Amino acid sequence: MPQVSLTVNGRSHTAEIEGRTLLVELLRENMGLTGTHVGCDTSQCGACVVHVDGESVKSCTMLAIQANGAAVTTIEGIAESDGTLHPMQAMFREHHALQCGFCTPGMVMSAIDLVQMHPEGLTEDQIRHGLEGNLCRCTGYHNIVKAIAAAWPIMHGKELPLAAE
Amino acid sequence: MGFEGIGASVRRKEDHRFLSGRGSYTDDINRPGQLYAVIRRADRPHAKILGIDTAAASAAPGVSAVYTGAELEADGVGGVPCGWQVHSKDGSPMAEPPHPVLAIGKVRHVGDPVAVVIAATRQQAKNAAELLVIDYEDLPAIAAVRDAVAAGAPLVHDDVPGNVCFDWHIGDKAIVDAAFAQAAHVVELDLTNNRLVPNAMEPRAAIGDFDRSSGEFTLYTTSQNPHVIRLLMGAFVLHIPEHKLRVVAPDVGGGFGSKIYHYAEEAIVTWAAGKLHRPVKWTCDRSEAFMSDAHGRDHSSKAAMALDAQGKFLALRVSTLANMGAYLSTFAPAIPTYLSATLLAGVYTTPAIYAEVKAVFTHTVPVDAYRGAGRPESAYLLERLVDVIAHDTGLDRVAIRRLNFIPRDAFPYQTPVALNYDSGDYQATLKSALAAADWDGFPARRQAAAARGKLRGIGISTYVEACGIAPSKLVGQLGARAGLYEVANIRVHPTGSVTVLTGTHSHGQGHETTFAQLVSDQLGIPIDQVDVVHGDTAKIPFGMGTYGSRSLAVGGSAMVKAMDKVIAKGKKIAAHLMEASVEDIEFKDGRFSVAGTDKSKALAEISLAAYVPHNYPIEELEPGLDETAFYDPKNFTFPGGCHICEVEIDRDTGTVTVANMVAVDDVGRVINPMIVEGQVQGGLAQGIGQALMENAVYDSEAQLVTGSFMDYQMPRAHDFPPMITSTENTLCTHNPLGSKGVGETGAIGCPPAVINAVVDALRDYGVRHLDMPATPQKIWSIIQANQPRMAAE
Repeated sequence: MPQVSLTVNGRSHTAEIEGRTLLVELLRENMGLTGTHVGCDTSQCGACVVHVDGESVKSCTMLAIQANGAAVTTIEGIAESDGTLHPMQAMFREHHALQCGFCTPGMVMSAIDLVQMHPEGLTEDQIRHGLEGNLCRCTGYHNIVKAIAAAWPIMHGKELPLAAE
Repeated sequence: MGFEGIGASVRRKEDHRFLSGRGSYTDDINRPGQLYAVIRRADRPHAKILGIDTAAASAAPGVSAVYTGAELEADGVGGVPCGWQVHSKDGSPMAEPPHPVLAIGKVRHVGDPVAVVIAATRQQAKNAAELLVIDYEDLPAIAAVRDAVAAGAPLVHDDVPGNVCFDWHIGDKAIVDAAFAQAAHVVELDLTNNRLVPNAMEPRAAIGDFDRSSGEFTLYTTSQNPHVIRLLMGAFVLHIPEHKLRVVAPDVGGGFGSKIYHYAEEAIVTWAAGKLHRPVKWTCDRSEAFMSDAHGRDHSSKAAMALDAQGKFLALRVSTLANMGAYLSTFAPAIPTYLSATLLAGVYTTPAIYAEVKAVFTHTVPVDAYRGAGRPESAYLLERLVDVIAHDTGLDRVAIRRLNFIPRDAFPYQTPVALNYDSGDYQATLKSALAAADWDGFPARRQAAAARGKLRGIGISTYVEACGIAPSKLVGQLGARAGLYEVANIRVHPTGSVTVLTGTHSHGQGHETTFAQLVSDQLGIPIDQVDVVHGDTAKIPFGMGTYGSRSLAVGGSAMVKAMDKVIAKGKKIAAHLMEASVEDIEFKDGRFSVAGTDKSKALAEISLAAYVPHNYPIEELEPGLDETAFYDPKNFTFPGGCHICEVEIDRDTGTVTVANMVAVDDVGRVINPMIVEGQVQGGLAQGIGQALMENAVYDSEAQLVTGSFMDYQMPRAHDFPPMITSTENTLCTHNPLGSKGVGETGAIGCPPAVINAVVDALRDYGVRHLDMPATPQKIWSIIQANQPRMAAE
């Protein structure tokens, strides 16, 4: 069986896996990192989003061996080591941006990438379109959008510029 | 520490684990030695099973067992039971055909489970399931209710003639007929309530486990009501006595009704675990969920309102065909009847109502409650009908509603269709919503949109619904095969912290916070000293779970009752310790004090005395401070309100954009406004989804066309505007909290407001009604087919 070596949340990990093993299966089944969820089978829902070398990826759509040598970050790996929540996690809680919690890990990982990719600022419309790949059935997205807008200034250390539109 | 009592937007206790990836959903649980089950399902809607060749699958690598309906039947496994029996007009009970756990003889819908393969890994089980050879003889099939009742339609069950499960009615037909005969106007409307797939983000999953030393079975399952599953599966399907069956519903990723029901897969993994003496896990694929989770809605109705010359409603007549799917799901018969037709008075004084419901079997996935469960169907019917009345008579949409509202001083109000509303103020919610939506400013916005080449419309809906279904005696008379009380156990520990055990279940509603807040408020202890436990039949007393927005109104009331018992006992202990009379003991802010003195004891001092009863009235009082209460509601609760939607339509594409969505709801006493607002927003999103996007489509041969997220349009973030929500509350008069419930209001009030807005936007195109979902294709076709009437008309 092929071997895969990667870093997950800062720890190196090596496993022998079937070639068809998906990254999400490696994380959930092999490593016990069950924070990353599987909500569909057509790459639509985004519950499985993780960061691979800093970019958000649907881990149900990537083979584990494709992540060989990569640095993977999951929802378990974004808080401080003392348990202090990442600003995005904190703002999700502050703005009641989660209900059942199932889409939340993928939503948070996508949202972090979205904010990081837009140091120039983010409009509400950009946030809504930026969440195209993540489904939530509970919240109506209203509070998720608020939470992301609230996390932007904390992550970038400056005020969110007013929309130019 | 800030204010954390009733009325505070306390941030949720459960969030930390969900945000850190430490939730424990069923598929996150793995048991030692676990095997994996994969189910082979029918890929066709109706066929005889001539044979199943399991040889290749059984011999495949890693396979422990292959089971078909024959093995389960031979072992005495019963069918999936129905929890509600409805009787037809003539008094005969509904047809209740067998619903085998794995198909026997025939398959009756795409997705009907035929065989299960159990193997060491999920992939091995999947591979082996592909090797099963099932020999089918295809039979004709029907998916739509009107096709199912047509003469000569193929039968879903050979012994159910005409595919009619029951033919039920409510109300006084003679009075209604007489009112119609004398009416100044009669307005008729035919409409369908589109079929939906609930699609909670967590797919269903189940793990069966068997302990050989104790002989005890454990089922971990994605359920909204673990005790109901234990009762139904233990008593009717697997014949496991309840003391040998534990059902755990851990963190559950959304339900919306679809996780109320007892499903075949729960029985399969539990039974197989007993056979194989190994844990057996099944996790649903999303595509599998589309054809195995109970669907929602799918009603086809004819409605007619009789009016006097001024527009007062005189009588309402409704005839509905309700799709049950191929088998009866747990509460399916109650949805179109006691949870829908009984709401046909709505917020209006219509004095006479007659409704008939024919429930029909089709070759489709079973249909049951989905967020709102019957009330969205009646609200949609009524609120569309009122707008069509305005359209046909020329009366103003708001004025006609005001004219017919049940007035604020008329409560309690007895409707002609059984329900007795305890409280409400429909003028107040209407007034607030009109202001929040700037109703009067709409013509200017419409004009501005027209200048941009867009069609703009505004729509209103004023609704009432019924939550906290009750009382048990009444629902028993109506056919429920269960009680509908709730239970709470308040366990004050020796050092004063509290564990609350509730029979309700949280799958997104935030109970761990709301209930902790309630207990913190009533017992005067910090919220971090309170933990709420739910979802495990080995821990909690027998409770009924969460659906129908019942948890606070019914479960919270049980908590109040149990806390009253704790306080009453605490007063006796305090009286003893402070050498005072019980009548002189007051309890406030967590302290028992002797009236008129400065003597007092904290709850923790009383609880310590209760568990270390050295100085204790042991002759009169048992030790401990641990009280349980069961609360059987006296009546339903009746949330209501006003939703207003504003849309803009692109003429070139037919695309509808929701420009504004306002909801003003009356939900009774609010414990946590932040959570209430979140519930409304989520409900509105599902309401807009139903109105504009979502539709479970079967083709003419009953094949499911929308079988994945690729084909079924789930609402996404950019489909919505910010939502403007508020409450305008009157208190429930018959429960101790005054709370009514909020989980479903959005999904109930919203769809007619959206469609009323779409029809308003298309008013120059001669549109009187269009069915949901209002897709771009549907609207583009209307625009293409109709020349706009001149504005002068």
